[in-house]
Amino acid sequence: MKAAATDYLNNTADDPTRPQQLILGNNDFTTITEKVSDIVLERKTPLAWYVAFTFTAGLTAILFLMIGYLILTGVGVWGLNNPVGWGWAIVNFVFWVGIGHAGTLISAILFLLRQKWRTSINRFAEAMTIFAVICAGIFPGIHVGRVWVVWWLFPIPNFQHMWPNFRSPLLWDVFAVGTYATVSLLFWYTGMVPDLATLRDRAKGKLQQIIYGILSLGWVGSHRHWHRYEKAYLILAGLATPLVLSVHSVVSFDFATAQLPGWHTTIFPPYFVAGAVFSGFAMVGTLLIPARQFFGLKEIISLHHLENMNKIILATGSMVGFAYATEFFIAWYGGNPTEGFTFVNRAFGPYAWAYWIMVTCNVITPQLFWFKKLRTSIPVMWILYIFVNIGMWFERFVITVTSLSRDFLPSSWAYYRPTIVDILTFLGSWGLFFTLVLLFIRFLPMVAMAEVKTVMPMADPHSGERHIVGDYHGDIPEEIRKKGVK
Amino acid sequence: MSQGALYGLLTEFESPSLLLEAAAKVRDQGFRKWDVHTPFPVHGMDDAMGIRGTRLPWIILAGGLTGLAAATAMQWWMNAIDYPFVISGKPLFGLPANIPIMFELTVLFSAFATFFGMWGLNGMPRWYNPLLTNRRFRRATQDRFFIVIEARDPAFKLDQTREFLASLGGSEVEEVHESAED
Repeated sequence: MKAAATDYLNNTADDPTRPQQLILGNNDFTTITEKVSDIVLERKTPLAWYVAFTFTAGLTAILFLMIGYLILTGVGVWGLNNPVGWGWAIVNFVFWVGIGHAGTLISAILFLLRQKWRTSINRFAEAMTIFAVICAGIFPGIHVGRVWVVWWLFPIPNFQHMWPNFRSPLLWDVFAVGTYATVSLLFWYTGMVPDLATLRDRAKGKLQQIIYGILSLGWVGSHRHWHRYEKAYLILAGLATPLVLSVHSVVSFDFATAQLPGWHTTIFPPYFVAGAVFSGFAMVGTLLIPARQFFGLKEIISLHHLENMNKIILATGSMVGFAYATEFFIAWYGGNPTEGFTFVNRAFGPYAWAYWIMVTCNVITPQLFWFKKLRTSIPVMWILYIFVNIGMWFERFVITVTSLSRDFLPSSWAYYRPTIVDILTFLGSWGLFFTLVLLFIRFLPMVAMAEVKTVMPMADPHSGERHIVGDYHGDIPEEIRKKGVK
Repeated sequence: MSQGALYGLLTEFESPSLLLEAAAKVRDQGFRKWDVHTPFPVHGMDDAMGIRGTRLPWIILAGGLTGLAAATAMQWWMNAIDYPFVISGKPLFGLPANIPIMFELTVLFSAFATFFGMWGLNGMPRWYNPLLTNRRFRRATQDRFFIVIEARDPAFKLDQTREFLASLGGSEVEEVHESAED
């Protein structure tokens, strides 16, 4: 039915008698090393990279211009008004933190679950996590109004003998996001050291050898090192797993511990975490599809990988939809008239347009992934990823703004509109995000080479001529095990 | 061509299964200062080399407990002792409001202990390694598998060890010196 030339790239068959290969084509350790490291070391930087970089760097410049303007003028340059004291800054913060979650989920939780397919995409997703958290971190930093006292957020001894209020969820946030950013960075870097050593050993230029030499810390692939390294990696994954679930829970406490209807709800932590994973996977996909196409990585990041991601998007998207429904049910069943009003107002009030964008993009369109044909079609999935990105930004907008703009006192109700400064700051944060992604693609190995090699069939010491019974890893060939007994 | 004292002898293998078999033989000869170098962790190698468990988890546990203690003490001292103030009727120090930061700092300190503990136990960063003067060895981070026996091993005797390594079925045995011209 399909052309034989492209058929080998399709490894999405569900036939259990034909186990799917994760790495396609006739790849071995050598070709994997070459395909990934040549992107950084050998290939000439494509013109498109320079064009894209110029554009995103320009947007980044706009971000910093807007921040400068904000600091010099005050938060009045934003569209905040009297009831709506929390606008796009917090929306963008929650959006970007959420994006980061896919990286940690892929790197830590799927690692603990022994999902081998994660090895092709985890480096990229972790990088995206860090860049997203950087973008997120900017917004609470600048939205405090008096930016020059932002250090009050941290327990730093000071001349006023004041300490921060540790009973406030906003301070929990500082610690949660700070810890998350730090641990993600340590995890990402630890995972990258063996690959940086590969780059060091393949680099031809002196400068490259020195830089990758320093970054790889003198790694020589010693098994005595691998032994501790694997233990450390496993424990870091174990630490990152509760951490990733806690970060968006704590972010949701910012809302859930407030008294405002529509915010004061116990469903927020799980609902925020599911939404974060949902949006994060969509963002990974948004970036991976062009990257694998452009850099010839279709054999390493195969359709099977993308299909698995789409299944996770379908699952988490359905959880998000279920959470929306539960919120409505509780608003009615709880019998609190203010709560009831807030939800009717969300769906049918002045922000109904935003609400229905959210529902369409988050609940309705991801359901298309039930169909195998659609979830294995590259154009379809890419468009749906964009929809999810849009929908999840609007989710945070709806939560933040609808509850604030119509609170308990009808005389103080007001409609919130962003200003051009709000819009340019948000676009600028995209510029910063993509600038960092482009730098990452150009200078660091975007696929975890060492990890991909471990899931290839020839990495298994029992493969080939020394085939023995018992096929789980860690099993020692019998003749060796016998000799080991002293 | 080469200079400096002898660092050790190396031999190269093409596949993890050949390496695993050879490593068990080296272990059974009673060598101590030896290692295998691979582009990725080879499963079963811990046993084939006779490596015992690492004490890293204990370092991490200590790190985590330090974080937990630091978070508890910090919140209690700062909010209940040094600068007490009542806000929204919450107690000055009470577990529910203080658990999130206890959790976060436990994870943070554990992660630092993992990161620095692992590199520390591995003796890294190590900016100079005689092995990297060997051109062939650079494939240890790419697609080849090596066994290295160091000259400082008590059981090391140049000719006999060379002969033994050659009998393992790898490539030609090479000498590595402390410093060499590239």
